[in-house]
Amino acid sequence: MSAASDVIIVGGGLMGSSAALFLRGHGLSVTLLETDLIGRQASGTNFGNVRRQGRPIHQLPLANRAIDIWRRSRELLGADVEYLQSGHIRVCYRERPELVGSMEEYADKARAEGLDLELLSGNALRDKFPFFGPDVLAGSYSATDGHANPRLAAPAFARAAERLGAVIHEHTQIIDAQKIGEDFVVSAADGRTFRAPILLVTAGAWGNALSSQFGEPVPIVPRGPNMSVTEPVPYAILPAVGVMTPVEEETVYFRQVARGNIVLGGSTRGPSFPDQYRAYVEPQNTVSQLKHIRRLAPALGKLNIIRVWSGIEGYLPDSQPVMGPSATTSGLYYAFGFSGSGFQIGPGVGETMAEIIAKGATDIPIAPYTISRFATG
Amino acid sequence: MAEPRIIIVGAGPAGTRAAEACVQAGIRPIVLDEGRRDGGQIYRRQPDNFTRPYAKLYGTEAPRAQALHETFDGLKDRIDYRAETLVWNIADGHVRTATRTMESALPFDALLLCTGATDRLMPVKGWQFAGSYSLGGAQVALKSQAVSIGHKVVFMGSGPLLYLVASQYVQAGADVVAVLDTAPYSARIKALPDLLAVPSVLWNGVALTLALKRAGVMVRNSVKPLEILGNAEDGVSGIRFRVGDGAEQTIACDAVAMGHHLRPETQLADLARCAFAFDPVTRQWLPERDGDGRSSVAGVYLAGDGAKILGARSAEASGRLTALAALGDLGLPVDKGEMASLRGDVGTYAKFARGLATAFPWPAEQAGTLPDEAILCRCEGVTAGDLRAVMQETGAKEANRAKAFSRVGMGRCQGRYCGLAAAELIAAQADIPVEQVGRLRGQAPVKPLNISIGDTDA
Repeated sequence: MSAASDVIIVGGGLMGSSAALFLRGHGLSVTLLETDLIGRQASGTNFGNVRRQGRPIHQLPLANRAIDIWRRSRELLGADVEYLQSGHIRVCYRERPELVGSMEEYADKARAEGLDLELLSGNALRDKFPFFGPDVLAGSYSATDGHANPRLAAPAFARAAERLGAVIHEHTQIIDAQKIGEDFVVSAADGRTFRAPILLVTAGAWGNALSSQFGEPVPIVPRGPNMSVTEPVPYAILPAVGVMTPVEEETVYFRQVARGNIVLGGSTRGPSFPDQYRAYVEPQNTVSQLKHIRRLAPALGKLNIIRVWSGIEGYLPDSQPVMGPSATTSGLYYAFGFSGSGFQIGPGVGETMAEIIAKGATDIPIAPYTISRFATG
Repeated sequence: MAEPRIIIVGAGPAGTRAAEACVQAGIRPIVLDEGRRDGGQIYRRQPDNFTRPYAKLYGTEAPRAQALHETFDGLKDRIDYRAETLVWNIADGHVRTATRTMESALPFDALLLCTGATDRLMPVKGWQFAGSYSLGGAQVALKSQAVSIGHKVVFMGSGPLLYLVASQYVQAGADVVAVLDTAPYSARIKALPDLLAVPSVLWNGVALTLALKRAGVMVRNSVKPLEILGNAEDGVSGIRFRVGDGAEQTIACDAVAMGHHLRPETQLADLARCAFAFDPVTRQWLPERDGDGRSSVAGVYLAGDGAKILGARSAEASGRLTALAALGDLGLPVDKGEMASLRGDVGTYAKFARGLATAFPWPAEQAGTLPDEAILCRCEGVTAGDLRAVMQETGAKEANRAKAFSRVGMGRCQGRYCGLAAAELIAAQADIPVEQVGRLRGQAPVKPLNISIGDTDA
């Protein structure tokens, strides 16, 4: 006996939860299956950047769609996910003056896509943001980006979807999916089966396990973000801040939440273990992160961190997700492998996937994300 | 073969006896201590320039304290002792330490966690006001700095420490207004058979209560704490409670020391990835270990109150036993007969500890009835009502899930002080057994870690 619906979604992160909500908006019945609890891995443990700048230009229409959802998230979700449109700034260091040119070039292209960036150099930057250290050369400021709380976001989308009639099964580990006749039959480890003519895989680092069952393996690598948070201090830092650099270890970022804590991220990603459902922060990565945070904003050196964490993220070799229809199987859709950059676009991904499934097309460019780019032979 | 690298975390009774066993086996262990001096909590040493005699500082336990300190002093040249050193993480066979801003990665063949205990606290409305202390905190003030936490002090909670600290305050000349024990007197009678396992300690406890009464201190049993009165500006001004089902009473005071016995400091065992199991007697999650202190992780050993609350005497025995087990596992010769005898000692203390848990039960029901406006998590300022509302809205009833949504246990102490009570509140609200609520996952750093860590110029 299988439970039937119009759409089965496997993976209860931000992508799956928001897709469930928007699919209900199109009137389709939805069953969302999650191995553990909604939003506990990449969606719940990331930095919380609601940042458009720095994304590939071809991704800005999707990011713009998402920002619209973030802005009305409180009404849409009936919950506060601590979205703050408090700005985002990317900076580069003195020893890489060539990056100023890259920032200018990016700003020109972004403007054409509706994202306005203000370039600030030298002391103008420190006048506006006095916490920057002397090594910071220039910055690109986006007033309309910001941040939100990852711990709260995906669960809030899932609860909103559930209120609109989506059926959500947590603690449901899917071990097999097949297309039998017109329907997908999806089996859980405990023997339950679910049936629907449409299957959407939003399983993050676990996505390849399902896509492989349909002859579409992808070279996904599980990693974990390197996160820390300070004790609370008076709220003073409005924008989220990040470093633009080709050196991974220098790539740190921070944001202050209204409660006062400063969330720190980046430097080096850690190992994660999808089979054990665990990810660990390597102590050396914490030490390296704090070193580069001190360089970016020396005054933060006076604070303490009170907690570090990580989660399981799926990375693809070109850092772009798999998003769109399957190339082998009709009725099968994918949205996974967001490579550590999925949080901001997440609700836009959900809305776009719902649109593709319900209407068969979307104006959002998704060609760069086709799964067939990994097809061999 | 190179000398095995043994790291001992903690320099209290368990850590000291473990270090002694290592030195006797010809090994020079590294002993990491958060404290400024050895001794741990129960045998905390006063600063160098303080001169109070042992009898005054440690009462009936003075000979044990002195013996332990002298042992440690004798070891100092033969161990690598690092005081004021925080173990902030454990990974890949290395202990990560922070001494001010200096960071080190220390490899080990055997890691002995002798991390000790902290107070088990049950929140009471108003416990965030200045003047509210844990029993352990009140004792540290007295032992280390020779100061009282207030002019008129109430001791409230349960457990042997309640009577011990109250009597130490009386002896030091402080004005102890009342000792309010949440446990019914009948529980002590029920616990007698187990408590008789160590008659001398039982007698010490009885003597403490008698001494308090002789000193004119009001001692009440079956107390139901209702509220610590006061305000944010002036701090504690009194305490409101009931005895049994009796009428409400109010006592004026300017400080309250509270606690319900102890809880082991298990975060490092968690970071070392040791398996945990629920202990129904104390309603706590404890790291699993065999009779000799081996954890579920090869090379990681657990001793003393940091593994399970069995008291300071047991900690000395289990510290030595566990070190012998580790030395034996490393291929060094150990006295099997001595190990058997130490196992016997630990077993006797375990029986006594079970008696204490019966005599001074954790008032789990108090969490369920905590009023909505009472602060549950002091670090994050989360009230009981906040947590109940989050549970209502999200359906969360697992400890880490409730923390993610409500911030309970997310602050500086990582839930060490509110986590057990929060779990009881969740269990009561969801009407499920507390073991189903689970336990908060330990996360590094175990204590706040300065961002300047590793900055050699700092």
